[in-house]
Amino acid sequence: MDMLLSSPTFAFIQVLNSISLGMNLFIIAAGLSLIFGVLRVINFAHGVFYMFGAYIMYTVAQDLELGFVTGVIAAAAGLAVIAIVVERGLFQWLYDKEHLMQLLLTFAIVLIMGDLAKIIWGTDQLSVSYPDGLSGAVDLGVTFYPAYRMMLAVIGPVIFIGLFLLIERTRWGRLTRAATQDMEMLAALGVNVPVIYVTIFLIGSALAGVGGALAAPINSPTPGMDATIIVECFVIVIIGGLGSLWGTFVGALIYGFVFNFGSVIVPNWQDVFAFLLLMVVLLIRPWGLFGKPEREGH
Amino acid sequence: MGWNMPRGVLFTCIVVLVALALIPMADSRYLIDISTEIMVYALFALSLNVIIGYSGNVSFGHAAYFAIGGYTNAILLTTYELPLIVAFPAAVLASGLAAAFVAYFCTRLTDIYFAMLTLAFAMLVWAIAFKWRSVTGGDDGFVGVTVPEFIDGRVPFFYFTLITVTLSTAVLWMICHSAFGQTLVAVRENITRAGFIGVNTRLMRGAAFAVAGAFAGIAGAIFAMYNRGVYTESAFWPESAQVLIMTLLGGMYSFFGPAIGAAALYLLERFANEYTEYWPTVLGVILLVIVLVLPEGLVGLFKRVKARMVGGR
Repeated sequence: MDMLLSSPTFAFIQVLNSISLGMNLFIIAAGLSLIFGVLRVINFAHGVFYMFGAYIMYTVAQDLELGFVTGVIAAAAGLAVIAIVVERGLFQWLYDKEHLMQLLLTFAIVLIMGDLAKIIWGTDQLSVSYPDGLSGAVDLGVTFYPAYRMMLAVIGPVIFIGLFLLIERTRWGRLTRAATQDMEMLAALGVNVPVIYVTIFLIGSALAGVGGALAAPINSPTPGMDATIIVECFVIVIIGGLGSLWGTFVGALIYGFVFNFGSVIVPNWQDVFAFLLLMVVLLIRPWGLFGKPEREGH
Repeated sequence: MGWNMPRGVLFTCIVVLVALALIPMADSRYLIDISTEIMVYALFALSLNVIIGYSGNVSFGHAAYFAIGGYTNAILLTTYELPLIVAFPAAVLASGLAAAFVAYFCTRLTDIYFAMLTLAFAMLVWAIAFKWRSVTGGDDGFVGVTVPEFIDGRVPFFYFTLITVTLSTAVLWMICHSAFGQTLVAVRENITRAGFIGVNTRLMRGAAFAVAGAFAGIAGAIFAMYNRGVYTESAFWPESAQVLIMTLLGGMYSFFGPAIGAAALYLLERFANEYTEYWPTVLGVILLVIVLVLPEGLVGLFKRVKARMVGGR
């Protein structure tokens, strides 16, 4: 606490840490929110997708030494394949079923993929080194800051803008938004709705994979990392409003700040602060900051 | 529908109770331990079903109230050296109040939003248990729970559990089959209509949540003494998922279904663990079967088979 007040540089670094953490989480939470927004499914397996992204990064960049960028691409591609299998193999049978059943289905995927990860990568904590050129620190004038975290803080907004343009400015994005509104009508107009669904699920899952791959050098891949991240993502999307891209972006930033400053002001209680924040938001706006009230029929 | 049980159900209950009461005669530690744990999980799952089966909401954070009951009982018994007659009811009250508090927030939402919020609150409980080291023991767990002398021992504890779980189940039955329980079913079936006929649906859903929390607290309080410890894992979300799976495996549209599911899943886990270290995969496959083939659980399957046999005759 004292450090924050007495040292502007320290406070500045904390701000950067908050943004960097928030942006890393945004990449993952955006996928969850995107999938919910269109498919109306809360994908519990999103956390395990993230974990697979981190593990794939380890295998490609660390084990096979194919480089960091290849690792990120491989993680995205790997998760895209998994997403297609999961959506076509399982999810597509459940869109008209109760939410509870969908939730449980995704939980079954969590359990099975969690074991699969143990079989493939073992239970040890694995470490992924920083990519060349990003292992040092950048000079920001007032202070030095780890280049890797700086990159995370930049990539988040880039992905945000990319997603925003994709959904708000392209024909495909318009169809996607139409699918959210009334999928039956859209299908009646001759649009191939299942293709939209599988694509959205693919993009959302690939984001989890990319998020995991990017987090790998900071959070060493280890079993159980999926359980923590999924709850963090839930908190973010509930704060921001489920299905809202803006909400997820703002929610992730808020979460980053609360978590980081919480840990500086009252060490060890940062998780509790995040949940308290969640409560306050829900008291004021039950559907999250950018969410819309539930409609009948959902 | 009144409080009276259908004759077949009552008969089965009595048979099960007598069989359970006779278990210590077999003089098997293994059998006594298994039955004690199954009874605790059965009560835990039955309590969750008040939310799911009766009020029609899904709680993904029910473990929180189990843990609160466990921690409160353990702390009052051990740290404050209070007698069981004070600590146990206090633990139940604490769980019930915590659930009522959470329900105040969660009932603003429905459906999937409700489920996620219950999860978030459960994680808050977990985070507190994890960080509040001086009181809860943090990630080492709260160990060395003082167990009152009169139930200190495998057989006395077994009977204590049997009596407590039986009484709790009886009370739960009465609650679920009272006017309150029927109102909950009305809310589950059609919340809009229930609202139109003057039911305060939010209050009803909240009350169901609080009742469920209190009974989960009973199960947790027993379990803390049985284990002589409480651990943070008991509040972590996979635990909530497990009790949810027990409830669904048994069948959420029947009062006793969750208890059957608890027993089945528990035994299956014990059995599977002897052959494989990949119990989660087995559980995942069970879940897939429930979701894709058996949405009404074992009780639903039983009813279907019965209907076919009767119909075929």
